[in-house]
Amino acid sequence: MRRFCLGIVLTALLLSACGGHNWNSPYPAADSGKNILYSVFSERPKHLDPVQSYSSNEIQFTAQIYEPPLQYHYLKRPFELIPLTVRKLPVVKYFDRAGKLLPNDVDADQIDYSVYDISIKPGILFQPHPAFAKNESGNGMYHDLSAQALATIFKLTDFPQTATRELIAEDYIYQIKRLAHPKLHSPIYELMADYIVGLRDYAKVLSQAQQIQPDQQTYLDLREYALEGVELIDRYTYRITIKGKYPQFIYWLAMPFFAPIPWEADVFYSQPELIRKNITLDWYPVGTGPYMLTENDPNLRMILEKNPHFHKEFYPTEGMPGDEDNGLLIDAGKELPFIDKIVFTREKESIPRWNKFLQGYYDATGIGSDSFDQAVQMAGQGEATVTEEMAAQGIRLETTVAVSTYYIGFNMLDPVVGGSNERQRESARKLRQAISIAVDYEEFISIFANGRGLPAQGPIAPGIEGYRDGNEGINPVVYEWVNEQPQRKSIDIAKKLLAEAGYPNGIDRKTGAPLILHFDVTARSSEDRSKLDWMRKQFQKLNIQLIVRSTDYNRFQDKIRKGNAQIFEWGWNADYPDPENFLFLLYGPQRKVGNNGENAANYDNKEYNQLFEQMKDLEKGARRQKIIDRMLMILRQDAPWLWGYHPKDYGLYHSWYQNVKPNRISNNNLKYFKIDANFREKQRLAWNEPILWPMGLILMLLIISFMPVINTFYRRERSTAIRRELSK
Amino acid sequence: MLNYIFRRILYAIPILIGVNLITFALFFVVNTPDDMARMQLGIKYVTPEAIEKWKMERGYNKSLFINLEKDGFDKLTDTIFFEKSITMFVFNFGKADDGRDITQEIKSRMLPSLAIALPVFVLGLMVYISIALLMVFFRTTYIDFWGVVICVGVMSISSLFYIIAGQFLISKLWHLVPISGYEGGVDAGKFLLLPVVIGIVASAGANIRWYRTIFLEEMNKEYVRTARAKGLSERLVLFKHVLKNAMIPILTGAVVVVPLLFLGSLLVESFFGIPGLGSYTIDAINSQDFAIVRAMVFLGSVLYIIGLVLTDISYTIVDPRIRIL
Repeated sequence: MRRFCLGIVLTALLLSACGGHNWNSPYPAADSGKNILYSVFSERPKHLDPVQSYSSNEIQFTAQIYEPPLQYHYLKRPFELIPLTVRKLPVVKYFDRAGKLLPNDVDADQIDYSVYDISIKPGILFQPHPAFAKNESGNGMYHDLSAQALATIFKLTDFPQTATRELIAEDYIYQIKRLAHPKLHSPIYELMADYIVGLRDYAKVLSQAQQIQPDQQTYLDLREYALEGVELIDRYTYRITIKGKYPQFIYWLAMPFFAPIPWEADVFYSQPELIRKNITLDWYPVGTGPYMLTENDPNLRMILEKNPHFHKEFYPTEGMPGDEDNGLLIDAGKELPFIDKIVFTREKESIPRWNKFLQGYYDATGIGSDSFDQAVQMAGQGEATVTEEMAAQGIRLETTVAVSTYYIGFNMLDPVVGGSNERQRESARKLRQAISIAVDYEEFISIFANGRGLPAQGPIAPGIEGYRDGNEGINPVVYEWVNEQPQRKSIDIAKKLLAEAGYPNGIDRKTGAPLILHFDVTARSSEDRSKLDWMRKQFQKLNIQLIVRSTDYNRFQDKIRKGNAQIFEWGWNADYPDPENFLFLLYGPQRKVGNNGENAANYDNKEYNQLFEQMKDLEKGARRQKIIDRMLMILRQDAPWLWGYHPKDYGLYHSWYQNVKPNRISNNNLKYFKIDANFREKQRLAWNEPILWPMGLILMLLIISFMPVINTFYRRERSTAIRRELSK
Repeated sequence: MLNYIFRRILYAIPILIGVNLITFALFFVVNTPDDMARMQLGIKYVTPEAIEKWKMERGYNKSLFINLEKDGFDKLTDTIFFEKSITMFVFNFGKADDGRDITQEIKSRMLPSLAIALPVFVLGLMVYISIALLMVFFRTTYIDFWGVVICVGVMSISSLFYIIAGQFLISKLWHLVPISGYEGGVDAGKFLLLPVVIGIVASAGANIRWYRTIFLEEMNKEYVRTARAKGLSERLVLFKHVLKNAMIPILTGAVVVVPLLFLGSLLVESFFGIPGLGSYTIDAINSQDFAIVRAMVFLGSVLYIIGLVLTDISYTIVDPRIRIL
């Protein structure tokens, strides 16, 4: 008993030693009150090499480390490109076949190639990295290491020496060449090979060079091989030559695919022994950005810390109306970044993530459907606000419409929903229109997305050129403009269209058989069954029987590729804020079947295709808008998709988290964020005071319930066997 | 003994080949190399050329089991199955689809898995056996009756409930330990406390009942009567004689899982954010990374075989009458 009491006292002493720091804090006590942002990630990034990384869970890291030439203005909407490492935005020049400079407003078909001259600012330095460290003879200190020299090296920080060097135009050229590297699989290589002059041939050259390379040599020096379409003008200027006209190319210059890679890093990371130790460029980025990756354990946490060599950059001084009122211009003109360190913790499950946010251990969170009602309430006008419970903690809600679209596609190669001759096609068009009216996406958003979505009137998401608000932006096939808002047409109109399509009351006029359609979806969890039931009910409004064909994602993709699906659901996140990035999804030559493009519905309309070809080459303006309007009208009439909805992103932020203006287009936003670490610490202490009495109570109950057991035990032990037998 | 171990190692080879064959066949029934390539290369802008290139680099462009284009022995050896399997027998697991070395990953994740699994196993065994012996001590009394009722209750509840309830009460409501997370070294304690307690409680019902059954079986043996006749106290009879004689069934269940402790727990690791091998396997299945799945299944089989051998050896330690030849 004495030992037990001693144990309790010692435990209490041990726990009280943690004074000033919460017991349930997942962070070291030494970090309390420091200027650290705590964030979360659920899926480990596959690639951090900017030539390969593409997913949002990868770009959230790479965009803070790597600096492409351009970036988006943090506050202005619609999105506006501004210089990042360049002196000014590059001005494109057009040339004809003879090499003669053409005026900017010349027709696209006269342009043979376009030229972008890009001049970077001098004096920008790379983050400290062992690849730049040099020995006495001026060679890379760690460029040729033996297994023995690497015996004590297990991660990048184990290298004792680091150095830096100035960013030069050659680094940007090196990265563009890497798009065609035979060992790397850049997702945009095929796309860029169609535009950057000589990139496809360059890939062949590199492939041959690699084949003749000795087996033990793992580094392919790209500086030795010239790329026709990318040219070094001077130390700080390079030129990219594009085939024909491709106005969207400038958006790619704001993505990490076009960020600089120093050749030293490539040599360093090509050493087989480092690769064997998982020390690769794909895992330890080298950039010029505001942050550098100092800890990379994607199973547990990833840490970004301020790059000590980050060049001068300042918070924007102008934004949109309302930004000042929202406190987004308080730090105007101040030097970036504001936060010293960002700790990303891997949290696979939503319950711990949500609870740690409420305890103040994560500074922001998204909202899962299970915690939505706890977090958000709808005000009178349908406006979302935080609940009183959240407001009491100072938590605020930030919403934004994502530049994405979730849709249901009709396979236009299918004889029923697409049609195989002119008469069938007209009948199928009316069938699609009828279904478009019947499937009530307003109800879907309300039930399944907790109101977090905007019914789509076409493929283009809000905030993108070509999207129109109000009456002129509605889909007249599905909606009417009533009382200053769109109203879905009645189901009677849909039934009339269905009858005109040859299926009165859902019965095939020719065969007398009920109309049965097939809906292909990816394998579903039990949670999603209700969505599919809802979808069946929507089709039942027209007396159409919907059969759901659920399969795994691989098989689903296979069906789409081969054109074996009839109706399917899919989505698209825009790469850049241009209507071309949405409208190409229905461009005929992009169809999946035969061309392996991104047009999953295999929609192919001659007029639409011609308009798309015109539109993609035009600059912003009234002419382009007119063409887009016409394209949208064609699409709405043809209804190759049920336009679905554009999701709204809801994010919760603690009161100490400032300068937040969420969006999904620009990803290098961490440098603008600011936190009040002292206030956070105060709140954490107040919210997480340990409550000990329940444990005491449990302990007491256990002791009380074990007392009779112990008593009986000792009584039995003391009793003799005969007495025990007699007592039975 | 050495002969026996050598023989068991030889027996293990066909078992491992069989396990590998089944894993391989099951994986490729569901996923084709094209699917794997698409998964790795992303969703957007994936061309057939990129898929072919990816497959060629990783040797997935060959036939699965028999290469009819080759002659002689090459028909069998120049295949995906042979090339991907043979290196595993020397524990060279190769690279994951994201280019990371699997052996390095396993090494770094083994410790966190073990940090939870080992205390759960050791403390759990002690708690379960002690409570089971106590219940046997009080057999046919209300203590034993209610003990069994509680055990049935505990084993009827899903382990997910214990995790969520534990996190809610201990971490969220009472603020005593972090909800999830992990640190190496001394700091690991506060992160491991809750998962270890939950791990022990969640398995208590089934295990206590199992050990109670074993001990009750032993209680009817003649040596127990003899011990009592000698005048030994019931406590000594139970904790000295019965426990010792019940070691064979206890070891049968316990030793075999010792090597498997390295592989971790899928659910606990996922909910508590422990970067162990359990979550590694689940991630690999989700991302269709055959190289990791194959390595983990192979490793599991090897560890299971080691567990069986260790069980046999442990028999000889607890019962000198047993000899393995």
